[in-house]
Amino acid sequence: MMFDRIFEKDVAITGVGQSAVGRPVARSGMRLTLDACLEAIADAGLTRADIDGVACWPGDNNNGDAFSPVGPNALIGTLGLQVNWYGGGYEGPGPLAGIINGAMAIASGLCRHVLVFRTITEASRRKVDKNASALTNKTIGRDSSFFWQWYTPFNVLSAINLMALYTQRHFHEYGTTPEQLAQIALTCRTNAALNPKAIYRTPLSLDDYFASRMISTPLRMLDCDVHCDASTAIILSRADVAGDGPNPPIRLEAIGAALHQPWSWDQIDLTATAARDVGEMMWARTDLKPKDVGSAQLYDGFSILTMIWLEALGLCPRGESGRFVEGGHRIARDGQLPINTNGGQLSGGRTHGLGYVHEACSQLWGRAGERQIAPHHVSVVAAGGGPLGGSVLLVRD
Amino acid sequence: MTRKLPLLTEDNSPFWQGGAQGRLLIHHCADCTRFFHPPAPICPHCGSFEVAPRAVSGEGKVLSYTINHQAWRPDLTEPYVVAIVELAEQAGLRFVTNIVGLPAEAVHIDMPVRVRFEQHEDVWLPLFEKDA
Repeated sequence: MMFDRIFEKDVAITGVGQSAVGRPVARSGMRLTLDACLEAIADAGLTRADIDGVACWPGDNNNGDAFSPVGPNALIGTLGLQVNWYGGGYEGPGPLAGIINGAMAIASGLCRHVLVFRTITEASRRKVDKNASALTNKTIGRDSSFFWQWYTPFNVLSAINLMALYTQRHFHEYGTTPEQLAQIALTCRTNAALNPKAIYRTPLSLDDYFASRMISTPLRMLDCDVHCDASTAIILSRADVAGDGPNPPIRLEAIGAALHQPWSWDQIDLTATAARDVGEMMWARTDLKPKDVGSAQLYDGFSILTMIWLEALGLCPRGESGRFVEGGHRIARDGQLPINTNGGQLSGGRTHGLGYVHEACSQLWGRAGERQIAPHHVSVVAAGGGPLGGSVLLVRD
Repeated sequence: MTRKLPLLTEDNSPFWQGGAQGRLLIHHCADCTRFFHPPAPICPHCGSFEVAPRAVSGEGKVLSYTINHQAWRPDLTEPYVVAIVELAEQAGLRFVTNIVGLPAEAVHIDMPVRVRFEQHEDVWLPLFEKDA
């Protein structure tokens, strides 16, 4: 991949915000969204009048369900924003699509300050319907989806079945073991103990992991992220005005958004997924190398995805993620590559994408409190699974 | 076991209904002579519109599998096997299905399998069993 213009170098993160994170939180999706967005705007030293763009993934998909109850359309009027550009929608490079789209809007001259947000209320929803996120709910009656029709007739009714197929194949091809996979959950729990907003903070042992319920072999309950109610917001600013605020700008050094395979859960590379294309693209857009990365916030909607991202981003060789994470010392807070320092989604809560960006910025700014790791300048964030994937390399100079 | 069924279209009905004649129909390109899936009006390999469903042997092997233990619906109380089967005709030609007819614990990667259709209304689901 060759690129002759790196648009994201015109963009920086200037503020972040996050609502309460809970299971559930007794606030509406809109109220959570406002909590996160107003905090982020103030953190960037801005006011509502400064925001001239709004981006979200996936938006409310016109049904406002708990997976994404608030989209740009609802927020703009509620918050009294006047924007030159806004965008949402599921069909993009995964949970970081709002960041990537917002950055493109700034680089193309449409906006100066874009508010990117992501709200989720799956914990509240699951209080009344424990299967609320099952794929079968995405269509009513016969499955008319171009994609899901290839899975739902075989009672693939949750993404975990597809993730389990990737995991089993990874075990088969590379000799990855259940003990190695478990390390992702264990490391996240250790980190979550230091995060006051994390959902699960009590210590977790390998025995606890193996005692957890099998959902879809070889994936257990503790390989799945934990549903929550939360909203996270990030302010993107044009580089030439990003230095006007109170926070040192965090530059978008490079983004990855590529998909060189079908958008499909089974027609893609089963052990590298779309993440492979994303990682190749991101590193083709920067002179930095994987060895420069000081911390990594890697999607753990399911534990196997963190392993796949480690490989896809070149943070360890392909097929070696099991041996890389084994014992946990390399990925610990004081290791060579700390990951998911807020507990990830496995223990911190399924904020679904932007939570990782929020944590990366908190660490780069040195405001992570008790869970602060050693000072560093470069952090990589990646999110998504299967055909969904995106990444961003963040630099605080 | 109940099933959520696909909405039939001109593009997908050969795949979902070929089982009525006991045939597994996979789209094939006359120009580049390759199969592809999912079915579509154009060949994703070469861009040709000279495509049509063609019967394959129904033989393949398990590329990956998982035993589902979670009852996503009240009737799904028994564990069932979800798998990706690669068809014998072409490397990479594959789809998600269920492995049936043997204990779930006996399924393994590279296990040879053969199609077995299961009718639900006007849909014949291509499931697979162990190829003896």
